[in-house]
This record gives sequence, structure tokens and C-alpha cells, in this order.
Amino acid sequence: MGQGLTRELIALRVARELRDGMVVNLGIGLPTLVSNFLPPAAEILLQAENGILGYGPIKDEDFDPDLINAGGQPVTLLPGASFFDSAASFAMIRGGHVDVAVLGGLEVSERGDLANWYLPDRGGGSIGGAMDLACGARRLIVAMTHTARGGRPRVRTQCEYPLTARAAVDLIVTDLAVIEVHSDGLVLTEVAPGIDPDYVQSQTEPALRRAPSLREMDL
Amino acid sequence: MIDKVYATPDDALHDVPDGASIMFGGFVSAGTPSNLILALQRRGTKGITGIANNIGLGDLLDVLCEERQLAKFIATFAIRASGTRASRFEEQYRRHEVELELVPQGTFVERIRAGGAGLGGVLTRTGLGTVVQEGKQVLDVGGAEYLLELPLRADFALIKAYRADRLGNLQYRYSGRNFNPVMATAADVVIAEVEEIVETGEIDPEDVGTPGVYVDRIVRCDPVPVRWEG
Repeated sequence: MGQGLTRELIALRVARELRDGMVVNLGIGLPTLVSNFLPPAAEILLQAENGILGYGPIKDEDFDPDLINAGGQPVTLLPGASFFDSAASFAMIRGGHVDVAVLGGLEVSERGDLANWYLPDRGGGSIGGAMDLACGARRLIVAMTHTARGGRPRVRTQCEYPLTARAAVDLIVTDLAVIEVHSDGLVLTEVAPGIDPDYVQSQTEPALRRAPSLREMDL
Repeated sequence: MIDKVYATPDDALHDVPDGASIMFGGFVSAGTPSNLILALQRRGTKGITGIANNIGLGDLLDVLCEERQLAKFIATFAIRASGTRASRFEEQYRRHEVELELVPQGTFVERIRAGGAGLGGVLTRTGLGTVVQEGKQVLDVGGAEYLLELPLRADFALIKAYRADRLGNLQYRYSGRNFNPVMATAADVVIAEVEEIVETGEIDPEDVGTPGVYVDRIVRCDPVPVRWEG
């Protein structure tokens, strides 16, 4: 039995979904790592909801408090970058001008409901831009570990935690598998190297249909 | 002659009463009116309803919890994912000493925009089917459901810009604009902290991010150093 992917490899697999010309918003946490694996030949514009389109790699020195991404990290700018206020930023997001949002997840239901803002361990949480991104991005990819501590499946028949958005998720990428959310249920399209599809199913609450093209991830 | 310049942040806040509602511009470290926040702390105003994107997250707003100046806060981000770095605000919230209204960020800024633009509210799909929907009207527009979100205004807005002239024209820098230009439209008294005050005409009209009509008071302050907390 394989080990499942590291966080970096989950991010790498997510990055394979991104294409030349796309506008992409990366959420805080695991999704931020996706920026390390952007396809080198592709021109991808990263959107930060605090008002930057076209930011580049994280910057380690000369911290400028006025030049940060939505995770508060100091960033560089790529040629062609632009700044705008938060109203314009969320018009971009809700108005369908962001091609892909990558968010972390606590639970995804078989209908594509997402729960990711309320932390049961903390008895609270913060919404930030997550609800707008989940509703507004043209395609929503959730990157997360397949199970929570104690082996509790995160891919569930129904979310138990408070929702971020209903029927919003298009693709789930975990340490074990890639799962597409279709209107009639979940389809297993890829498994991590050395991971058996039956094992993925055993770690997932709802039934997964296996895509005819089901294969091992190409990393 | 129009002159909106005040000598110190304390002077600029001279009439902020207990119980005031106050917007604070800024997103984490960017465009945060730190000198005005510290002046509000010195002033000791109590019973404040604060409105800001975040509190206790690379901003200085948490200082307003030292002497329990906040009665309520409206924010999009106030509780960190990690409990090891809980803010004073979070501690007071958990002891029910301060009320928190959590709002999705796009809805937060649109409510403020509506408040400043004379609109009766906004319709958004964000929050449908979530706790955000509770107690709100759902309207059908062309076969799709939308939540009615009501406008948000405040007695005061404390904002931060890079440069100003005495007319109150503001120029922003990098991602320092965020909520500042929107909040500038939505409060009865708008007070801007800037790094530099220049002669009128020196800010190219093309570069004016907030026209002076929205700004009541300006104060020049050296930026308060902030560090990236990671």
C-alpha cells in the first residue's frame, strides 16, 4: 500500500489543472503551495483578493507592509501586474472573471457542498474571502487531505460542519485521489501512486463511481 | 481656502464620542491606519462598534482590547486557524465581552459601498445556504436566488493612504488601497492618515484614488513599523 501524497505533491497535482492565460486565486494554507509548481511556460495571473492581479513569488527581504497577498505574505510583482480596491476585487471574483479558485477544505459533500471556514476544534473560525471565491470562481478546486485526524473521511454524503457554499466544488484533489464532482455524484478519476481504488473508497463516505479512464496520477 | 490638515492624530480624533461606530481601512499590514488606531487607544473611547476586514492579524486593532474599548466588531477575519496565537479580541469574544458579526469579505465591502453610494442594499449569491443567510431576505431575480444584504455606514472612518493634498485628495500605494477608498465614502467623518502631504496639483489627477470630497481630515504620520508574522 502506498503512502499517499505529501502536501507539496497535492499542490503539484493541483497545478497540473492550470493552463496558460488563466486567472487563478490560491487560498491560504495548502493552496498557497500551488504557486511553487505553476507550469513554467504558461502565463498564469495570480489574483489576491486584497487587490492584486499578477503577483509573483513570495519575497523574503525588504518587507513592504503595503505589498502583500491575501495570506499577508510579502510578494513580488510580475510585469503586467495591477492593483485595485476590495470592491473591484470581489466584483472580479463574484462576476466570474476568476477562472479557478483553489481552496483548502474540511469537508466536501457528494453534491459539492464545501465546509472550510468553521473549525470545530477551535469552536469558531473566519470567513474571509472563502464564501465569495467558492460561489464566484468559474471552477473550484478543493485541495485537502483525504481524511481528518483519526481517519474521519472528509469526502462525505453530507457536510456536518457549517457550509462555505452549496454545490460549488468541481474537483477534489487529496493525498489519495482526484475526484470530480458531477451532478449525479462523485467520480474517481485518479489515484495516488501505489494507492488502490478500493482503499480510496474505504476512506470515503459516499460511493465513488470509477471513471473508465481511472489511472494513477502522473506526477 | 480649504485646509483639512490636522497637526496630530490625537487632534484629528478630538470629537470621537463613546459608543461611536468606526470603520478602519486596511488588510492585515497593508493600508492600515496604525497611528490613528494608537491615538484612539490613547483617547480611551469606549463602547466602540468597530468595522474592519480583520482584527488581531498583523493590524494594530487588537490594542483596542487592552482597555476593552470595543463593544462590537464587524469583520471577515477575527479568529485564527491556530489557537496558539489567539488575540486579545478572541479571548474577549470567547468570554462574551465583545460581540462579533462575521461577514463574507465580498459582502462586507459591497455593504460599505452601498452605504456610501446611497443604495438600499445589494443582492448576492454569496452566503446562500450558509449561516450567513440566517434572518435575511432571499429574493428571486430571473430564476436565481440572491440574499439581500443591507448597507453599512459608520460615524467615523479611519483610513490610510500614501499621500494627500490639503483638499483631501488621496493617492494609494500598492495593495494599500483595499478597503480604504470604499470606506472613505461611507462615514459621516472620514479621517485619513498619510505618509506625506504635498501641494495641491502635485498628485496627478490620474493618480487620485479617493477624491477629496470624501475626506474630512488629514494627518501626516510616519508609518508604524509592522513585521510580517508569517
